[in-house]
Amino acid sequence: MAEELSLLGMWASPFSCRVKIALKLKVVQYKYVEEDLFNKSPLLLKYNPIDKKVPVLVHNGNPLLESLVILEYIDETWQGYPIFPKDPYERAVARFWAKFIDDKLLPAIRRACWGEEKGREKAVEEATELLQLLEMELKEKRFFGGETIGLVDIVADTLSLWLTSFEEGSGVELMTREKFPKLSKWSHEFASTSAVKENLPPKDELTVFLKSLFGKPAK
Amino acid sequence: MGDQVKLIATPQSLPCCRVEWALKLKEVDYEYIEEDLRNKSAFLLESNPIHKKVPVLLHAGKPIVESLVILEYIEETWKDKYPLLSDDPHERAMARFWAKFGDEKCVVGAFGAAWLTEGEEKNKAIESAQESLAFLEKQIEGKKYFGGEQIGFLDLAVGWIPHWLKALEEVGEMKVLDPGRFPSLHEWGQNFLEIPLIKNSLPPREKVVEYFNAGRSYKRSLEAANKP
Repeated sequence: MAEELSLLGMWASPFSCRVKIALKLKVVQYKYVEEDLFNKSPLLLKYNPIDKKVPVLVHNGNPLLESLVILEYIDETWQGYPIFPKDPYERAVARFWAKFIDDKLLPAIRRACWGEEKGREKAVEEATELLQLLEMELKEKRFFGGETIGLVDIVADTLSLWLTSFEEGSGVELMTREKFPKLSKWSHEFASTSAVKENLPPKDELTVFLKSLFGKPAK
Repeated sequence: MGDQVKLIATPQSLPCCRVEWALKLKEVDYEYIEEDLRNKSAFLLESNPIHKKVPVLLHAGKPIVESLVILEYIEETWKDKYPLLSDDPHERAMARFWAKFGDEKCVVGAFGAAWLTEGEEKNKAIESAQESLAFLEKQIEGKKYFGGEQIGFLDLAVGWIPHWLKALEEVGEMKVLDPGRFPSLHEWGQNFLEIPLIKNSLPPREKVVEYFNAGRSYKRSLEAANKP
């Protein structure tokens, strides 16, 4: 049976980008469908009636939702490049950090960059503490996955290009080279990896878009 | 022994129970280390320094935290007994998706509604939690368990609904799981609680109510302390 694989995504979404990176690493062909999030297509509403979000991977008519779930599905379905570690304990550690990034770090970064002026200082402090934990986890490794990128690197994509755009768009500095030498180096190496580089959106356009999405006029 | 399994947990905690259910289904021997959450032990803080929460599974001295991550670890480590997940990647993905949904929308929604005092906001929160439960109702329609003929990963992940949600309804003076609106989910819940392994491990409802009340008082005292 001919395989049918489509990805419903959005150019500025780091979550869609994760899936593109994973499919590239596995050397899997797919059809990409760009979604307008302000005017969602019937296709998106059909495949994800639950929260109507991207990314949605549709494989042989079956929709897969939530980027972390999709990454695991991709790893289980296509051989070749390993995204998850093999060892159960290392898989648990990778899952833990993936969850940490999505559940704790990203919301904290959003609050620090785009939250209300009133709580700004506290939010920056919180985001900084959480980034420190990730900085420590990287240790002396080139990537979270070791010598090559793995699950946590892919999930941390937001910390490379998107965080730079957040910082430029909001004027809030979080991941400076002085405070985060390891993460800063990682960010550069990650963005230079071919599977990542060709899937990143253009930075200036991204900054403009994020600023219009998150930035609020001063009250 | 090198391979020893320990579980740092609290008896009334729903994420802890789902881990115990998995260990019992897989017939894994483990040492239960009860944690007093009002007076956290050095052992817990050492084993889970980032979140400082239960459950923590220790296997050969290595800690694994976050209950759904622990369930995956248990599934991958003790492969020869009782598979929690299907072999089919799409079914596995759906179980994982709904487990995440259950935690992020249903648990958060139900607890959020419980803590609000009576009024418009509370009613809205209850309605929102019910909208989330409606998705689970659809998933269980026509099936005995989420796992099919026997319970699996998703049943364990949403296994809090028949017992803990009842306690939460009592504490929060609200009705969420209306059997009229959620007949299939309600029936699944009854079947789930009848399974001997589950039935024999449930913490008594009064204890769960007490635990939730203590959690709410603690939360309120923190909020009061933080007010200028």
